[in-house]
Amino acid sequence: MYTKKKVVAMLLAGGQGSRLYALTKNVAKPAVPYGGKYRLIDFPLSNCTNSGIDTVGVLTQYQPLVLNEYIGNGQPWDLDKMNGGVHVLPPYESQAGASWYEGTANAIYQNMNFIRRYDPDYVVVLGGDHIYKMDYSKMVDFHVANNADCTISVIDVPLAEASRFGIMICDDKNQVTDFVEKPKEPKSTLASMGIYVFSWDKLEKYLIENENDANAKREKGEPWSKDFGKDIITSMLRDKQRLFAYEFEGYWKDVGTLDSLWEANMDLLSPSVPLDLYDKSWKIYSRSSYMPPQYIGDNAKVENSMIAEGSNVDGSVDFSVLFAGVTVEEGATVNYSIVMPGTVIKAGAVVEYAIVGSDCVIEGGAHIGKSPEQVDNRDDWGISVVGHNVTVSSGKSVEPKEIIGENI
Amino acid sequence: MSSVNYNVLGLIFASMHDSYVSELTKQRTMGSIPFGGRYRLIDFPLSNFVNSGVSEVGVITKSNYGSLLDHLGSGRDWDLARKKGGLHLLPPYSQTGGIYQGRLDALSNIWSFVEHSKAQHVILANCDVVTTIDFNPVLRQHIDTEADITLVYGKGAYDGEKNPSTTILEFNDDNTVRSVLVNPRVSGECNHWLEMLIISKDVLKKIVFDAASRNVCSFTREILQSRNNEYKIMGYEHKDFFVRIDGMDSYFAANMMLLDADKRTGLFKNNMPVFTKVGDNGPARYGLESNIKNSLIADGCVIEGTVENSVIFRGVKIGKDTVVKDSVIMQGTVIGNDCSITSVITDKNVEISDSKVLTGSATYPVYINKNGKI
Repeated sequence: MYTKKKVVAMLLAGGQGSRLYALTKNVAKPAVPYGGKYRLIDFPLSNCTNSGIDTVGVLTQYQPLVLNEYIGNGQPWDLDKMNGGVHVLPPYESQAGASWYEGTANAIYQNMNFIRRYDPDYVVVLGGDHIYKMDYSKMVDFHVANNADCTISVIDVPLAEASRFGIMICDDKNQVTDFVEKPKEPKSTLASMGIYVFSWDKLEKYLIENENDANAKREKGEPWSKDFGKDIITSMLRDKQRLFAYEFEGYWKDVGTLDSLWEANMDLLSPSVPLDLYDKSWKIYSRSSYMPPQYIGDNAKVENSMIAEGSNVDGSVDFSVLFAGVTVEEGATVNYSIVMPGTVIKAGAVVEYAIVGSDCVIEGGAHIGKSPEQVDNRDDWGISVVGHNVTVSSGKSVEPKEIIGENI
Repeated sequence: MSSVNYNVLGLIFASMHDSYVSELTKQRTMGSIPFGGRYRLIDFPLSNFVNSGVSEVGVITKSNYGSLLDHLGSGRDWDLARKKGGLHLLPPYSQTGGIYQGRLDALSNIWSFVEHSKAQHVILANCDVVTTIDFNPVLRQHIDTEADITLVYGKGAYDGEKNPSTTILEFNDDNTVRSVLVNPRVSGECNHWLEMLIISKDVLKKIVFDAASRNVCSFTREILQSRNNEYKIMGYEHKDFFVRIDGMDSYFAANMMLLDADKRTGLFKNNMPVFTKVGDNGPARYGLESNIKNSLIADGCVIEGTVENSVIFRGVKIGKDTVVKDSVIMQGTVIGNDCSITSVITDKNVEISDSKVLTGSATYPVYINKNGKI
């Protein structure tokens, strides 16, 4: 017995995050740690709860173990509901056979029965790899007020960056007239944030259409795809459906690359970045690690940093984000870096401009990363990355832009 | 963590010895006193039970238990929102009318709950002793020695002048209890009863009903002291860190003890996490000119000033050029800029505006009431 829901959210969490590969070898991208105590998926899940959306399907495919365990019954996000709640939806085998998700649209297509159980009016489609706080209910209201078939959340980006995004071209009433994926010469600076509101009847129609078209093309040996931006949005525009752009103002960060993951963490330390993790009216929830408070020792020097519970700091930490249970021994230095849960930075080690994964050991005398000033040619500079469960021995160093996935 | 042991029932007295810390229990009870940066005292006995596989726990309340109920909720944060067993809050009314007087009186009121449990053994604990203990070895010893009652004790310094509520145990060579002394006027290293004991349900039932018929209510006086010969009472030494809170000075000192690495590792063991209500705060955030030494700092704090030798609870804000030293700052306290705070205990949600100077002494810290504004 299911009762009707006005809105159901579908969260696309199958991404491999190949450009984050040192950190996504064994975990799906939405499970990548962020901001001292969060994982990326905490943001869309918390936004759902805070927006009053209590029915969420999470579509997983790549390395789902950590993500499934993390989501569990959804209790940390208040999504353990008798009717609704969060449901992890992996690919499955049916009488017609088993198939992996063949694109973002196909992932939703394969789970239409999940959506139909709740008979929703609107379906919100979300990604799991962006950092932002957003009230989806306002976007749904906007969708309803415009009598739209699909509403796409957009953010105004600098013209120079516009060619990295899917760009929406709109009329003066925000109605979308054209959509171009990564245009060489952008005609607008409104970038799609990968957040969609669909009227369910329309989405259902276009998902089925896309599925049939793509399968027919495949049989004929023609190129085919089953993606939201490329196929669903394009088909709806072709058919003169009502597509609207909902302009979002606020902090929004794509963490598709290791550099942007580092930047997104550093943003938390900047007073001018409008992402407040301490706002009680829009909390970002996460699964608790049940660790004692952090201890800052007699020899510590801690400035302009964010440090999570269970950490033990007796060294120097500046402009850094330390996750739960990190140890920084006396005489160790951590600057402009992100250190993920359980990692130990031993006395005499230096970590700067780096991301260090979880449960690593950085031995004394090891040196991870360099500041931009220490590099002769600025083009050679970039952050250094140490993957999860890696030991960096004494005397070893990890250079700028270098990515280490095995013990050295 | 062991698997579930349905043969043991845990009972926690949430309000025992409230009067020793009357300032802190003005608006709450012993079990809900904030401690150690992010905990309430009841988190320790509750987590001990859960980590020992005891998943049926009764919490015996007395007065001022609003904040305790708020903290415990359904017991979910301790994994005690269960169909089988789980957390049970037991109200304080006495069968003889009014609120119960002592442990035996309280037990007789809630006896139907104990009777209903399938467990053969009952473990009793208070909230005023902070320690981390695995009850499984205690239970094994209790069964192996065929004791009627096994008292858990720890060795430590004792001063009859300063430790008003302490019960001291003396043992015979065979580890049976020779004497039970409440607050004897001696000093030196003694065996402190940690007010935890294991008893079989049958023996407890006999004791409770017998006491009710004679209208006596103190377990310590009537049973441990007066009827010592009738029962086989054994001791179990708990060798890890423990601290007892029996006054404002010992409350302050107990928080400060957590700045000692050995004591912290004695209390916070990797395989025995201390569970508490989840706060969903962000990580602690340190400002451009923050300076922190020898302090315990919880999530959700925003610290711009200097903090030394202090315990800072969740969600505390400390402004620029402010110096907090030797203090216990409870959750939600906001301290403005340019303040000097030394040897102070602020209760929950205290507000201290800019440029204030507050100075107590290590032996007599200044205490500021919950929601106080300075």
